[in-house]
Amino acid sequence: MNLDQEDLEKETDPFFHIDGIVKWVRIVFIIILISPFVLYFTAKIDIEKQEKIVEISAESLIENGIDLESGLIVDEGYEVVRGTCGACHSLSLVTQNSATREGWKDVIVWMQKTQKLWDLGESEVVILDYLEKNYAPKEQGRRASLKNIEWYEL
Amino acid sequence: MNRKNFISSSIIASAAAFFGAKIVVGENPLESKESVNTNPIKAIQGKHEELIILNPKPWNAETPPHLLDDKITPADRLFVRNNGIIPKNIDVNNWTLTIEGESTKTKKTYTLKELKSKFKHYSYQLTLECGGNGRKEFSPPAKGNQWDLGAVGCPKWTGVRLKDVLNDAGMKSDAVYIGYYGKDTHLTGDLEKVVISRGVPIKKALEDEALIAWAINGEDLPVMNGYPLRLVFGGWPASTSGKWLSKIVVRNKIHDGPKMGGYSYRIPKYPVAPGTKVPVEDMKIIEEMPVKSLITYPKTGALIKGTKIFEVRGHAWAGDLSIKDVSVSLDFGVTWKKCKLSEAVNKNAWQHFNIKVFLPQKGYYEIWAKAIDSNGEMQPMVVPNWNPKGYLNNACHRIAVKRI
Repeated sequence: MNLDQEDLEKETDPFFHIDGIVKWVRIVFIIILISPFVLYFTAKIDIEKQEKIVEISAESLIENGIDLESGLIVDEGYEVVRGTCGACHSLSLVTQNSATREGWKDVIVWMQKTQKLWDLGESEVVILDYLEKNYAPKEQGRRASLKNIEWYEL
Repeated sequence: MNRKNFISSSIIASAAAFFGAKIVVGENPLESKESVNTNPIKAIQGKHEELIILNPKPWNAETPPHLLDDKITPADRLFVRNNGIIPKNIDVNNWTLTIEGESTKTKKTYTLKELKSKFKHYSYQLTLECGGNGRKEFSPPAKGNQWDLGAVGCPKWTGVRLKDVLNDAGMKSDAVYIGYYGKDTHLTGDLEKVVISRGVPIKKALEDEALIAWAINGEDLPVMNGYPLRLVFGGWPASTSGKWLSKIVVRNKIHDGPKMGGYSYRIPKYPVAPGTKVPVEDMKIIEEMPVKSLITYPKTGALIKGTKIFEVRGHAWAGDLSIKDVSVSLDFGVTWKKCKLSEAVNKNAWQHFNIKVFLPQKGYYEIWAKAIDSNGEMQPMVVPNWNPKGYLNNACHRIAVKRI
């Protein structure tokens, strides 16, 4: 009777009642199964934390969509523009100018011909896309209205 | 590796990948570069703190018009225009000026001390204006530093006459042009590469007022304006007045140094529609600057109570010519009032105008100033003819005032 009961318990709760090497093989197998998920979630937390840090440092340098360090409009490719154009001259030479894509391309070609600018390779498209979108010419006619007047009593 | 290290190393890795990826051919100029401005620069040492910095590398800054009210521009208010990097470790005691070129008889070198002791000194008030002053207003926009109004000044320069030095060195009769070389260095860090080497026709070079100068208003030149030695050609694009001067070449043809050709300091030979692509062979060198004026008082934005009478004043200049008349308009060009006008102290110096006015009723006004040169040419009310690089905008200066 006792033996029967013990046999029954072994059958209904096999995991905790299997003795010896078989039990340990199963435990190791389960750990192997679970570990990728554990590693994934730990890594995810790490990445999230990392992103948060990057975000914080980026926030402190970006104001109203402008990268405060360079004055560039923050948009796709602005880091490439900052790194490439800023290698030789200040970025204010970019931000105070505006041109069509063709106009910006002319500037690059001129710098390559006369100012020792290197072949920009794949970056050229990124740079031109960025400049065309963010620093396009505005039509201001033959004479614009006077702007940004600071009034004072004479 | 803890998380912090992981992050910093990954940032370094991605930065390295980023910089590594973008350089495909040629030298990597990032390695030899001084870092580009990481902190916003508020003022230039030795310059008035209200100068507007257009560009810290290379250094370019302009003067707001109301700061140019002095008849003789103070050194700290003279605009800054550079194409390259200002020379470091300037050794005044060993500074030399060499005269050479195919139209000199022999190559001759003078120390700064010799220049000062051997030749007679002259002082002239000479107007320097950047060829691109006013570029900001061209539409479609022209590339380059977007100068507004203040790339101009008229200090008193002291030095020796260029012609005295050229004659001493010995010129050949076939000389047609002079070119300068200075000690500023190229933005790329390449010490062999000439930043800019322009000049003037021999006729301009031999005028009395063409100076090799070491002083401005009785003091050493500011470093930003060419210390210890520079050329000064009043009334011509300021880029002809070479800074940190170390060599003058006398040429038997038009000088062909960097920024003499292409589109630099050149305009189309014929009028073109805005935005036209002009073939480079159709471009010509800018010589004297056109007639222009600047209202230096009051500062734009003045609110005036009632019928209070106030003075409007400023300066006018016209390349190698003089100014015949300056008028102002308070009604957008409908009527003009003739100003009092001073004589120039010498050729190529600006003249001063002033007039007393009041505003007839409450409202918004603009004061426009219009100068006419001795040939009868006057400033346009709108931006003059477009050119690819945006030079020679001499449209009348406008300030805004209100009667309250």
